[in-house]
Amino acid sequence: MRRLWTVLAALATLSLTNCGYNAIQSNDEQVKSNWSEVVNQYQRRADLVPNLVNSVKGFAQQEKDVLLGVTNARAKVGSIQATPEVLNDPGAFAKFQAAQGELTNALSRLLVVTENYPQLKSDALFRDLVAQLEGTENRITVARNRYIKAVQDYNVTVRSFPTNLTAMAFGYKEKPNFTVENEKEISTAPKVDFNPTPAAPAK
Amino acid sequence: MNAARACILALVMCWPVAAAADVAVPPLSGRVVDQTGTLSSGDIASLTQTLKNLEARKGSQVAVLIVPTTAPETIEQYSIRVAEAWKIGRKKIDDGALLVVAKNDRHLRIEVGYGLEGSLTDATTKRIIDEDIAPKFKAGDFAGGITAGVNRMIRVIDGEQLPAPEPPHWQSPGSFSIDPFNPFLIIPVLLLGGLMRSTMGRLIGSAATGGLVTLVGWYLFGSLLAAVLAGVIASVFVMFSDSITSAAPGRRGRGGGWSGGGYGGSYSGGGGSSSSSSDSGGFSGGGGSFGGGGASGSW
Repeated sequence: MRRLWTVLAALATLSLTNCGYNAIQSNDEQVKSNWSEVVNQYQRRADLVPNLVNSVKGFAQQEKDVLLGVTNARAKVGSIQATPEVLNDPGAFAKFQAAQGELTNALSRLLVVTENYPQLKSDALFRDLVAQLEGTENRITVARNRYIKAVQDYNVTVRSFPTNLTAMAFGYKEKPNFTVENEKEISTAPKVDFNPTPAAPAK
Repeated sequence: MNAARACILALVMCWPVAAAADVAVPPLSGRVVDQTGTLSSGDIASLTQTLKNLEARKGSQVAVLIVPTTAPETIEQYSIRVAEAWKIGRKKIDDGALLVVAKNDRHLRIEVGYGLEGSLTDATTKRIIDEDIAPKFKAGDFAGGITAGVNRMIRVIDGEQLPAPEPPHWQSPGSFSIDPFNPFLIIPVLLLGGLMRSTMGRLIGSAATGGLVTLVGWYLFGSLLAAVLAGVIASVFVMFSDSITSAAPGRRGRGGGWSGGGYGGSYSGGGGSSSSSSDSGGFSGGGGSFGGGGASGSW
């Protein structure tokens, strides 16, 4: 009897190492840590927003709509919890992505508007804040790229034979990945209209 | 017709990899890599000496790269790829920085490793670009701009508290990793345990195996706790595993058949080839990582 158990234990250890259980674990952990970095950088951006809004407010009081848009988007981002459990729930993931995308849009509108205020643009504090915002956006891009690659590795492991059997047995599912938010917008060429129309407010 | 079209489509889908190839990351031939021939050899020598002194003094690695263009990528995408390939800065301290200039695009970027993000912040690097480098570049003085930028970066790095540089040619013993559940490690332990037990008896044999595994594990993993744990597991395993080797005293006569197996030597084969950065002439990244910090600018 003891002999049987020993053989079984040895076999189980060997088979677990060879059927990809450890690979799934390490890929899963990699995805989680890369996700943490993504959330970390998004948080950094969210922390920058109040300062940015305040410094713009001093020079461009009349751009209430744009400033309000940024503030609202920032509030929405703050209300969404980005725990690692989000990764196993495509719906929550999409919601998180949508909220962050909204903040991205609001911020880029704000930066477009500030082009009209030379005094603001030469303000040292504002320039530092914009540099930080640019740096943070770039960090977000890098973190997202690394997350995409980690999810790719993980999904390939979970879906390919024979590791997919192990994944099925232990309940590891595919994880959602980032997509481009405005796929439609990008695929249609922009219209250039030279007809003199009253300048629409930046939207 | 449709089949032909599908074939062409399939071919086209395979092509873009070759067609829209990104600019390749140049090999790290020195601290200053100039692919445009902008800098004179004297400029390169003096910059290299400055950067070498910085590494000797603080341990941080800074490199300069000048390329004609980064198209079709943006300079941010290109420079993070270069940073990931070159791995400038010390491992775990991540105190590397990289100045990338795309001359024909009129763009430049300072890429900052994780460990320097506290001092070379986005705002600081943006100021270095706007105040020191870009004005000189506008006037066509590339060597002066790069020197001014590098000098200011070094001044900022000098103000940062970093771990002292290590003496060269020092290698950490636990630098290569081994999966403790690797079957190639378990099987020799089982065989060894069977041998020990058949020669010394169950209790002493398993204890001796545990002790041996602890010693070897300590050497391999570099952590005493993990090694002791592995040793305890091994001794328990050997004590109760009659079946695998079933090495009753009666088999001792045949025991010599497998005691001289190749597992004794099989450890050393893989471990020797850990990479060491040669300090003699060339320059190589220390394994630092980057997260996209820094700033870009144009002139």
